[in-house]
Amino acid sequence: MASGIRDKVAILGMGCSKFGERWDRNAEDLMVEAFEEGLKDAEIGRDQIEAAWFGTAIEEQHVGKSGIPLAMTLRLPYIPVTRVENYCATGTEAFRGAVYAVASGAVDIALALGVEKLKDTGYGGLPQRGRGGLNNLFWANISAPGSFAQLAAAYRAKHRVDAKDLKRAMAHISVKSHDNGAKNPKAHLRNRITESDVMNAPMIADPLGLYDCCGVSDGSACAIVTTPEIARGLGKKDLVAVKALQLAVSNGQEAQFGDWDGSYFATTRVAAKRAYREAGVDDPRKRISMFDVHDCFSITELVTMEDLGISEEGRAINDVLDGFYDASGTVPCQIDGGLKCFGHPIGASGLRMLYEMYLQLSGRAGERQRPAPVLGMTHNLGGFPSQNVSSVTIVGSYGA
Amino acid sequence: MSDSFGILSYGAYLPRRRLQRKVIAAANGWFNPGLRALAKGERAMANWDEDSVTMSVEAARDCLTGVRPAVIGQLMLASTTHPYDDRQNAGIVATALHLGSALRVLDVTGSLRAGTSALATALAAGGSALVAAGEHRLAKAASPQEMHYGDGAAALLIGRGAPIARLVGAHSETVDFVHQYRGHDRPHDYAWEERWIRDEGYMKIVPAALGALFEASGTAASSVTHFCMPCTLPRVATALAKRVGFAESALRDNLAALCGDTGAAHPLLMLAHALQDAKPGDRILVAAFGQGCDALLFEVTDAIAKLPPRAGVRGALARRKEESNYERFLAFNDHIALERGMRAETDQGTPLSTLYRNRDMVTGLIGGRCRNCGTLQFPRGRYCVNPKCNALDSQDDQPFSDLGATVMSYTADVLTYSPDPPAYYGMVQFDDGGRMMADFADVDDGKVEVGMPMRMMFRIKENDAARGFVRYFWKAAPAANQ
Repeated sequence: MASGIRDKVAILGMGCSKFGERWDRNAEDLMVEAFEEGLKDAEIGRDQIEAAWFGTAIEEQHVGKSGIPLAMTLRLPYIPVTRVENYCATGTEAFRGAVYAVASGAVDIALALGVEKLKDTGYGGLPQRGRGGLNNLFWANISAPGSFAQLAAAYRAKHRVDAKDLKRAMAHISVKSHDNGAKNPKAHLRNRITESDVMNAPMIADPLGLYDCCGVSDGSACAIVTTPEIARGLGKKDLVAVKALQLAVSNGQEAQFGDWDGSYFATTRVAAKRAYREAGVDDPRKRISMFDVHDCFSITELVTMEDLGISEEGRAINDVLDGFYDASGTVPCQIDGGLKCFGHPIGASGLRMLYEMYLQLSGRAGERQRPAPVLGMTHNLGGFPSQNVSSVTIVGSYGA
Repeated sequence: MSDSFGILSYGAYLPRRRLQRKVIAAANGWFNPGLRALAKGERAMANWDEDSVTMSVEAARDCLTGVRPAVIGQLMLASTTHPYDDRQNAGIVATALHLGSALRVLDVTGSLRAGTSALATALAAGGSALVAAGEHRLAKAASPQEMHYGDGAAALLIGRGAPIARLVGAHSETVDFVHQYRGHDRPHDYAWEERWIRDEGYMKIVPAALGALFEASGTAASSVTHFCMPCTLPRVATALAKRVGFAESALRDNLAALCGDTGAAHPLLMLAHALQDAKPGDRILVAAFGQGCDALLFEVTDAIAKLPPRAGVRGALARRKEESNYERFLAFNDHIALERGMRAETDQGTPLSTLYRNRDMVTGLIGGRCRNCGTLQFPRGRYCVNPKCNALDSQDDQPFSDLGATVMSYTADVLTYSPDPPAYYGMVQFDDGGRMMADFADVDDGKVEVGMPMRMMFRIKENDAARGFVRYFWKAAPAANQ
C-alpha cells in the first residue's frame, strides 16, 4: 500500500500574475510576472530549479506546444521541462508533476507554471476548437456552458427542485464570489453584483445566464516546491505542505453505462474520497478550513460541494442560501473570487487556487485572511459532466 | 405480372415547419403584388439540417415500419435536388438504413418525373426494391415558385409477398417540352408562361399518356377511384379529369394548401396518400409531368388492411408546426447574408478516411451489444464499457436508430453557433441501454423536460461550405411530435 504524498513536499514559493483582459501583455509577459514573484517568495535563484512542468491547455491560442516556451521565456538552464495538458486540471497537473518529482527524490526543487492567454480570439467566451477527427463527426454541438448547464436539468429532476429555487441558489453563489473578488487586487472581475443582476442577465445556455459563467481571462501562476527538510534548511518556517493530490478520469461509464443520472460528477466523488484518505481527513465538513473549487459555472460549484461530501446530497441549495460557503460563513468557498471573478486562464487556474490556499495558510491573504486556517482544498474539473477529469488537492500546515 | 408482386408498403415524410404563405406575400407583395393571390395555406419548409437525403431516409424508415424484408435488392433515390453531383446519394441513404453493401443503387434525377420513372423502372425490373424520392426545393424570393414549392419525401417498397397494390398498367411519354428548367450550377428554376404550360403541356401530353395506358391495359378511365395529378396550376387537374373521363370524386387533393409541390417526390407522396386512404379494389392512377408524362395504374388489394400502422402522409401532415418567420426561411435557404459570428468560422472539414472507417457508426448510428454481458453501448469501443465485463472485441453491431430514448439532461445553448439558435442538445438514455450526448431536432422552445421520450432522426450535422461537403449524423427529436 502506497503511503501517499502527505507532508512529503512543501511549497517553497508561489507567484500569480494579475488576471484579466491583459490586452497589453503576451503570455510570456504573464509567465515572467508570476515567476518573478514566485522566485522572490522562494528566495532562490533560477539555477536551483532542477526540473519544470509547464501547463497550457489551449496552446494554439498563444505559446504553442512543448516545454520550449517555458524554458525560452524564463531562460531555464537546460533542465527538463515537460508540458502538460489535462483540460481545466492542467495547472494542477503541472503541480502534481513537480510535487511527484520532488517526492521521488529525483530532484530537490521543481517548478510548476501554468499560463493561458485567452483574450486574443476576437469574441467572448472560450475559444472555439475542434475535438478531433472522429469526435467532430458525431459529438453534439456543445459549448462549455451548454455542457455544464445540463447538470441543472438533471439535478432539478432528481431532487425535484423548482427551477426558480435552483436559480436563486446559483445566483447566491455568483453574488458571493463577486463579493470576494472585489476584495482581491489580482482578480479579473472586482465588481459587486446583486441576486437580481444574476437572475435577469442574458441567457447563455439555459439555465445559465451571463453571471452564472466564470470570467475568461489571461493569467499565469506558479509554484516552486521542495522537501520540507530543504525548505527548513533554506530558512522557511510555518511550512505549507501537500496533503493529497488526486485525479480521477472518466472511462465512459457516465457517458455510456450504469446509473449515473447527469446530476453530479462521478469522478469528483472518487477523487475526493481518495484525497481525504491520503490526507487523513475523516470529517471534511469540519476539518477543511476553506475551498477553492472549480466554479466554471454556478451550478458546477453547487453540485461539487455535494460531490466533495461537504453538503449532503440534495442539500447544497440550503447550505448555499444559508451562507455556509460565504466569506463570513463556516467554510468559505472561493474566498479569492474563484474562477467566477479571479478568472479562468485554464492552464493557470489550478495553481491560482493553490496560491490563495498558500497565502491563507501563510497568513498573507490581506483583507481576505481567514483566522488560523489549517487545511485548504482545491478542485478542478475539465471536460463535460458526462466525461471529465477531476482533480482534488489538499494542502495545509506541515504536520497538521 | 404475378399476383404476389407489387407495392408492399409506403412511407412519407414532411419537415415539421409549415411556412404560412401569407407571410411570404406580406414580405414580398410590395415587389410582386401578384403573390397576394397565392397567399393561402402553408408549405412544408425543410429545417436547416434537412435535405433531400435526410428526408428520403425518414420517408424510407416510415415505409419499412413493421414490414422490413430480410433483403432489399435495390435502392433508387429520386430527386432534382440531390446534395451531391458526384457521390452516390442513394449510398448515404442505404448506409443510414443499414441495407448492406450487396445492393444495387441508383440516383435518379434530371426531371420532375424522376420519382415516377424510378418507380416504373423498379416495377418493370420485377425484383425487390426500395424507391425513395425527396426534394428540398429552392426558389427565388418573391417568385411564384417560392409560394408553390414545398419540401418533403415519399418512399415505396416493391417486391414479392403480399402486395398492398398491384400494377395494372404503366405508360411513359417523353416529350422535350420545357415548361421549366434548371441549368447546371444554377440554384433556381426558370419557367415559361403558365397558360402555355397548361394548354400545350398538361392538356396535350397527359391525356396522350393516359390514353395509351388505358388502351394497352384494357382498362377504362371510369374505373379509376383515385387520380393523383401533382399539378399546382389552377384548374388543370379538374380539366384533365374531365377530358380523360374520371369520376369527379376520383380527383385527389394535390396537397398544395398543406405542404406545397414537393417536385419529383410529389407524385409518390400523392400515391402514398392515396394508399393510406384506399380500400381493397380501389384503383389509383398516378401521373407525373415533366418533359413528358409517366402514368402508373395500381389496384389496391385486401392486404392493405393488414399493413402495420405508420405515419404515412396523414401522419406527416399532422406532425406540423406553423412557421410565420419568413426571414428564418430565407436564412435556412441561404438567401440572406446573416452575420453568423466568428464561432461559425470554425473549420468543418471532414476527414474522409475517418468517416469511411466509421461509416456504420456515423451514418448508420450503429453501436455495440456485448455478447458477454449484453450491454448496449454507443459508440462501441474495443473493450466493453461495463466495468464488470470489459471484454475485448465482444460486441456485435447494434443499430440505435430505431431504439426509443428519453432525455436525461438538456440545455438550450445560445453561445454555440447554430443556424437556428438556441441549439438544443442533451444526454439521451436509450430504453434498452446505452446513452449518448445528442443534438436535438424539431424541439419547441421551453417544451423539453427530463424524461421526455425521444426518437432518433437522420439529419445534417454540418455543412462544410468551404468544401461543398454535407456531413450527416443522427439527432434526437421529441417522440410526441412524430
